[in-house]
Amino acid sequence: MNRWKIIEEKIFIALSAIATYSLIAVLGLIIVIVFVKGFNALSLDMVIKTPKGGYYYGGEGGVLNAIVGSIYIAFGATLIAIVLGMPAALFLNVHLVRHKKTQETIRYLLDVLWGIPSIVYGAFGFTLMLFFGLNASLLAGIITVALLVTPIMVRTFDEVLSTIPRGLHEASLALGSTKAETSYKVMLKQGFSGFITAALLAFGRGIGDAASVLFTAGYTDLIPVNLDEPAATLPLAIFFQLGSPIPEVRERAYAASTILTIIILIISLSARFLSNRYSKTNIK
Amino acid sequence: MFRRIFFDRTTKTWMITTMVIILLMPVIIGVGLYLKSLPLLEHQSLRTLLFTSDWQPSQGKFGFWPFVAGSIYVTLIAFVLSAPVCLLAGIYLTQFASSRLVKVMYPVIDILAGLPSVIYGVWGILVVVPFISKFLAPIFGTTSSGYTIMAGGIVLAVMCVPYMLNMITEVFKTVPMGLREASLSLGATFWESVKHVVIRKSYPGIISAFGLGIAKAFGETMAVMMVVGNRVQVHFNPFEAGYPLPALIANNYGEMLSIPLYDSALMFAALLLLVIILLINLIFRYFIFKTRER
Repeated sequence: MNRWKIIEEKIFIALSAIATYSLIAVLGLIIVIVFVKGFNALSLDMVIKTPKGGYYYGGEGGVLNAIVGSIYIAFGATLIAIVLGMPAALFLNVHLVRHKKTQETIRYLLDVLWGIPSIVYGAFGFTLMLFFGLNASLLAGIITVALLVTPIMVRTFDEVLSTIPRGLHEASLALGSTKAETSYKVMLKQGFSGFITAALLAFGRGIGDAASVLFTAGYTDLIPVNLDEPAATLPLAIFFQLGSPIPEVRERAYAASTILTIIILIISLSARFLSNRYSKTNIK
Repeated sequence: MFRRIFFDRTTKTWMITTMVIILLMPVIIGVGLYLKSLPLLEHQSLRTLLFTSDWQPSQGKFGFWPFVAGSIYVTLIAFVLSAPVCLLAGIYLTQFASSRLVKVMYPVIDILAGLPSVIYGVWGILVVVPFISKFLAPIFGTTSSGYTIMAGGIVLAVMCVPYMLNMITEVFKTVPMGLREASLSLGATFWESVKHVVIRKSYPGIISAFGLGIAKAFGETMAVMMVVGNRVQVHFNPFEAGYPLPALIANNYGEMLSIPLYDSALMFAALLLLVIILLINLIFRYFIFKTRER
C-alpha cells in the first residue's frame, strides 16, 4: 500500500510537470512562430509608409495608418479611462474604506464588468453611434474602447490602492487634511506605481482589441487628422490582410502582427519597469 | 479653508458620479441592446429565435440555433482541452516547482494574457489549421480544410490557459501553509496532501476559475472567427466548419443595415452574449467573492 502511494505521487508530479512544461512550450512557440513568420516580410517601409495605390494587391506601402490609428484610439480611450477610472478607484479606497461590505460588492460588480466580451461593447458602441448620429470615426472608436478599458483600469488601480496601509491614510486625515487631499496627495502618490500599471494595461488592451473597433472606428488608408474621420487599427489591418488571396499581402499581415506583438511586449515590459521604479520610494 | 472644502466637495461629487456611471454601464448596455433588438422580438417569439435553425435574413427568417450550438461546441472543446492542463500546471507551479521557474512563469503568463486575440488568431492560421488538415483529420479518417470547429476550440483553449492559470494559482496560494503541513506531518505524501487538502480547500475557487474561463471562451471573437470557417450549419462532427455567435456579429456588420431586421438580429445576438456571460460571471464571481470574504 505504501508503495502504491509513492508511485501515485510520482505519476502525478510527472504529469503536472509535463503539463507545465508543455504549456511553456506551446505559449513560447506562439511568440516565436509569429516572430519568425513576420520578420521575413518586416521592413522599414511597413512602419513608416501608409498604403499606396494597389497596396492590397501586393503594391508599395506599409501599415503606418493602422499603427497611428491604433495608438490614437488607445491613447484617447486611456485618457477617458483615467478621467473616469482614477476618481472611482480612489473613491472606493478613501471614502468607502469603512464600508467593507459596499466596497467588496462594488469590486464584485467591477469584476463582472471586466468579463463582458469586447464584441458586446462593439455592438453597444454601434447603437450609441446610431443614437447620436455619428459616423464610424475616431471619436466613436475612442468612446467604445474607453467603455471597454475603464473597468480594467479601475480594478487594476484599486488592487494596488487596497494594499496601502490603513495607518498612512489615517495619519493624513488626523493631520487635518480633507478626504480629497488624502486621495490625491497621499493615496495617489503612494499608489502611483499601480496607476502607471493600470494605465499601461488599459493602453495595451486598447491597442490590441479588434472586436470593439470593428463597428465603430471604420477603416481607411489615411492617417486620421480629425476626431470625426475614420481610423484604421492594427488588429483590423492584420485581419483584413489575412483574408487576402495574394501571398505577399498575407506575408504583410504576419509582419503587421509582429509589429503588434512588439508594441504589446514593450508596453507590458515598461509597465513592469515603471511600476518597480515608482514603488521604490513608497512608505512601507 | 473654504477653498479646500469646496475642492473636497467637488471631487467627492465627481468621484461618486464616475462610480455610478461605471456601475450602471452593464445596465445601460443591456437596455440599449434590448431596445435595438425589440423589433426582432416582436417579429418572432424568443423560442423560435433561439431553437430553430433556419437562417435566411433576406426572407426574414432568423433561427439562432446554429450559432448558439456553434458557440457551445467551440467552448466545450476549449474547456475539455484546457481545464485539466490548467489544473495540473497550477498544482505544479504552486506546490512542486522550483522558485526560479515560478519567478519566470508569472510574468510570462501575464504577458501572454495580454496578447491581443488577433495574434492568437494568426498563430491559429499558421499552426493549428495546417495541423488539423494535414495531421489530425487523417488520423480520424476524414479530410478537412482545417478551418473547423476543432481549430476554433484549440485556439480558444490556448487563449484561455493564461487567464485560467492566473486565477487557479491565485486560489491555490490562499490555502494556508499550516493545513498542508498538518497533512504532511500525519504521514501523507505531497500528492496526497494536494489531493485531499489543497484541492478540497480551494474547490469553489477552482470551479469559478473554470466557469470564468468558459465565459471568456464564449465571448471571444476575433481569434475564433479567423479559424472556425464561418458556415451556417449544425454539425456534431468537429472537423466541419462552424459559426459561433460572436463571429456572426463581427462578420455581418457591413451588410446589416441593408436588410430589414438584420441589424436588430445582430443586436439581439449581442444581447444574448451579454446575458449569458453576465450570468456566468455573476454566479462564479460570487463564489470567489464569498471565499475572499472568509
